[in-house]
Amino acid sequence: MLDLRLYVAQRLSALVMVPLVLGHIAVMIYAIQGGLSTAEILGRTQGSLLWFLFYGTFVIAVSVHAAIGLRVIAHEWGGLRGRVLDWLMWVVGAGLLTLGARAVLAVTVP
Amino acid sequence: MKVPPRSHPLWLAFLLHRLSGLALALFLPVHLWLLSQAVTSPATLDGFLAFAEHPLVKLAEFGLVFLLAVHMGGGLRLLALEFLPWSDRHKTYAAAAIGAALFLSATFFLRAI
Repeated sequence: MLDLRLYVAQRLSALVMVPLVLGHIAVMIYAIQGGLSTAEILGRTQGSLLWFLFYGTFVIAVSVHAAIGLRVIAHEWGGLRGRVLDWLMWVVGAGLLTLGARAVLAVTVP
Repeated sequence: MKVPPRSHPLWLAFLLHRLSGLALALFLPVHLWLLSQAVTSPATLDGFLAFAEHPLVKLAEFGLVFLLAVHMGGGLRLLALEFLPWSDRHKTYAAAAIGAALFLSATFFLRAI
């Protein structure tokens, strides 16, 4: 049921995220010690081009990946097909991209 | 119709990959929305971060880190299965994915508590 472009986008977004997930886990393990606060998070990320690019890329890749993944589940387990299925995928992708862009901008733009 | 081979260990690997992906996709909007409050409403974010000091929340975070790591591990297994000319060691890789995920999430957890 997956067309080839969706399949390729799913695999490519996965490959892009492998180093990003490892980096994210490393940051979590590092940052959690001593607890977290808004000031501490912003102190690490605000004004940092590196974190903007890191999490910006992550947000784009995960929006693509989660939208296609949920499309597969909605089809195989939810029985959805056709336009409803495509609509669901685009809404999920656009929603995550919007939420993600707002989050990345909030924590990186000074 | 052929009955799916659900007693096979790799069916469990498939199920774990699917359920972890589903859970992460459901968690992600909350995660992103909360971070977007950092500038507009830092009190909201700090309120949640204080809530995250609760031991049960830390346990849930451990679960989320595990899901993230195991989804990555399962995804790597899938990519290897599809793109590399390997055939017979996939049970080992599936087990390694869970082992590595447990190691990473436990490391996180030990720092959190």
